Amino acid sequence: MSLRSPLGKVRGLGSAKEGVAHWWAQRMTAVALVPLLIWFVASICAMADAEYNAVRDWIATPMVSIMLVLMTVAVFHHAQLGLQVVLEDYVHTEWRKIASIAIVKFTAIGLAVATIFSIVKIALG
Amino acid sequence: MASNNRPLSPHIQIYKPQLTTFMSITHRATGIVLAVGTVMLVCWLIAAATGENAFNNVQTFLGSIIGKLLLLGWSYALFYHMCNGLRHLFWDAGRGFEIETAYTTGRLVIGVSILLTIGAWLWGYNAMAAI
Repeated sequence: MSLRSPLGKVRGLGSAKEGVAHWWAQRMTAVALVPLLIWFVASICAMADAEYNAVRDWIATPMVSIMLVLMTVAVFHHAQLGLQVVLEDYVHTEWRKIASIAIVKFTAIGLAVATIFSIVKIALG
Repeated sequence: MASNNRPLSPHIQIYKPQLTTFMSITHRATGIVLAVGTVMLVCWLIAAATGENAFNNVQTFLGSIIGKLLLLGWSYALFYHMCNGLRHLFWDAGRGFEIETAYTTGRLVIGVSILLTIGAWLWGYNAMAAI
């Protein structure tokens, strides 16, 4: 038996009014990262200690560039969602919590942009 | 202040350490470790985009003892977080909550993540020997 009203069920929103968006995004990026990271780690293992030109050629391969960009987006989205929850759990002073979460989000966006720019620069020569 | 002397609810230090609690906090710890590790990945890619000197500097650092220890830690953290993350997804689907099952999957996660780490490093060293 559920105590939720039919309308509440259909809307799927809790008291926070944003439903399970954060939780769901964390899970979906996790699912996406399983194949992406297995592919990435396997590739890195296969070319351990490879030379500069070999690594650049590998990154510049269209399929590899695309996979790397997808991995970057999923990694940083997943990481900042996770760190946000950690900070929400352990930082109890409101302004410190908001500031630390903001720093995490800005850093994640900065690192993701730097990574994607590097991949695109190598891919387009 | 009287309000400061009020009884507290039982806290972490009075509970017997258990595999499940240990693995739960380790999942979070490895997540933080991996988030920090992304900085190294970004450095590696920026260096590859910058030029041969920058790239060789990063490669030299990663090939040093400290670099290899960091990579070993990050690779284990990644495999642990991935395997335990699958365990969490399994729970999210409403399965595997029986105490016995939680312990079995927990031991499985630890075993498989160690095997994957060893496998990845053996593969890497084989690839290096082949060059």
